Amino acid sequence: MSGPADMGSAKPASVPSAAGRDRGHRVRRGFLGTLKLVNGPQTLGRGPIFWSGFVVACLLAGIYPLFADGWTVGNTAYFFTWTFMAMGLSVIWGYAGALSFGQTAFFGLSGYAYGVLTINIGSAYGFTFAALVLAVGLAAVFALSLGYFLFYGRISGVFLGIVTLSVTLVLETFMAQTAGPEWAIGAARLNGFNGMTGMPPLTVPWPGGDIALWPDIPLYYLLLGAMIACYLGLRIVVNSRFGNVLVAIRENPDRAEMLGYDIRRYQLGAFIIGSSLAGLSGVLYTAWGQYITPNSMGLYAAALPIVWVAVGGRSDLTATLIGTLLVLWVFQTLTIYGSQYALVVMGAMLLVTVLFAPRGLIIGVADLGGWLRARLRRGRS
Amino acid sequence: MTAILATEGLQKNFGGVFVARDIRFAMQPGEIHCLIGPNGAGKSSFFRLVLGQHKPNAGAIFFDGAEITALKPFERIRRGLSVKFQVPGIFKALTVWQNLEIALQDHLSGDSLAAEIRETLAFVDLAGQARERAGNLSHGQQQWLEIGMAISLKPKLLLLDEPTAGMSDDETAKTGDMVHRLNREGMSILAVEHDMTFVKQIAQRVTVLHFGEIFAQGTIDEIVADERVAEIYLGKAQ
Repeated sequence: MSGPADMGSAKPASVPSAAGRDRGHRVRRGFLGTLKLVNGPQTLGRGPIFWSGFVVACLLAGIYPLFADGWTVGNTAYFFTWTFMAMGLSVIWGYAGALSFGQTAFFGLSGYAYGVLTINIGSAYGFTFAALVLAVGLAAVFALSLGYFLFYGRISGVFLGIVTLSVTLVLETFMAQTAGPEWAIGAARLNGFNGMTGMPPLTVPWPGGDIALWPDIPLYYLLLGAMIACYLGLRIVVNSRFGNVLVAIRENPDRAEMLGYDIRRYQLGAFIIGSSLAGLSGVLYTAWGQYITPNSMGLYAAALPIVWVAVGGRSDLTATLIGTLLVLWVFQTLTIYGSQYALVVMGAMLLVTVLFAPRGLIIGVADLGGWLRARLRRGRS
Repeated sequence: MTAILATEGLQKNFGGVFVARDIRFAMQPGEIHCLIGPNGAGKSSFFRLVLGQHKPNAGAIFFDGAEITALKPFERIRRGLSVKFQVPGIFKALTVWQNLEIALQDHLSGDSLAAEIRETLAFVDLAGQARERAGNLSHGQQQWLEIGMAISLKPKLLLLDEPTAGMSDDETAKTGDMVHRLNREGMSILAVEHDMTFVKQIAQRVTVLHFGEIFAQGTIDEIVADERVAEIYLGKAQ
């Protein structure tokens, strides 16, 4: 490799010599350097104002259970279970540019795996958390094998969506025909279309007796913490060198490859991360309601993450997170208060987004804010 | 001297259509070589074969003395090839700085990365646009940004696919100047180009392709003087 470039680099610029570069340069960032990536250029919310808002939002979420009953708080926690799948899709689709229509395949796989493991082994000694890790690991391995054929087979664009959708529909169809008693793994009956029930909730081992996390305040705090940790962790990932390459692939895969990147590896990496997060959602959903059915892998279920992520703004984690929570809340409210039209409203939201804010409503609002600020500044000067 | 790029019996056909027919090509290190030919002559296909985006039906490609026929595109880049596409291949949603950072991040970090980006920006005359979204640059500037990304890898051989397409006369002259400066530093350059003024400005040797075959080869003066070439190509172009 040539020596370090001249810091002065005054014009006329010297030309890089044709020596060929060594690859595989390693960056040693250290812990603090890695943490700094949370505020990098691939995420929209940056700077003191954003982070002040973030802290306020966390505090509000933290004190919310003081002002609501356990049942309501437990229902709010239900919203949180879905956000991991949405953020995972943001990484695969929004950042890496590969539309996966099959997030629910991993959701269902991990959900059922959690059920099978915990029904057979139980919840003592914190095994439910071990089951969580194993079930998410299973999703990761499945994503690795499926993703290998997809990305190393150079399948992209709409075909990627078709194949991943087919995978989730095949899993749904398969699980729906497992009604007979012969379809059991150990003590766990798969139960066909009616779904699997009877698995324990996440259970924390405790000296005075295990604490089962039913949908209530402690589970709310656990999921809130996990969601924030996942959000911040993914911000670091997408702002890292790995994330830079993902965005480069989304913008122009040929160029990314012609800079010497093996883009298949990066796409596969993003697919595994995003699909594992869908698996995590599946486990948390199953543990939340002690219930999972083949419907969770069906066409309707598979379309929902696409809607949440597209409406919020897929190319940004913050927009995805806020958008997903907002859409879920609107949908739930409509459903609870008797509207038969919740799905129609959802469809309308998607249409409005695609037509008027193709990058997503939250990103659209952020863009509008930036535009107004720029105008005001120009007006003043 | 070992050729920097050579092909032997290179052949590529799509059904009955041959885009490369028994191409035996060689260029020496340090050369500026231009590929010309009428539309459909197989110039871009030849680039795709060299880059590994097309697999040849027969023949072999050698780069810097080693056969690269079976290598993946990114592996060829890592050996010291680099390319600037015909349509500007940049990351439009990102800033100019980020575009170069992505090109260089596997080689450098920290201060030396920043210094190298500044140096490259100065070279392609985009120092004032570092924070600009790449998609907002003028067409010519986008071409330069891509040249900047391509040369930041310090390639031994730079492939330029119509580097001056859509450029003004000034911009074309400036691009020719860049090519000469890169070449003086030892970079070999192979360019596909339609603009004969530009070809005359830069080319040391010229290869004319016609229906996927090498039709003529020589210095720019020899090619310009060749009546057969004028018949198939230059006559129409001028």
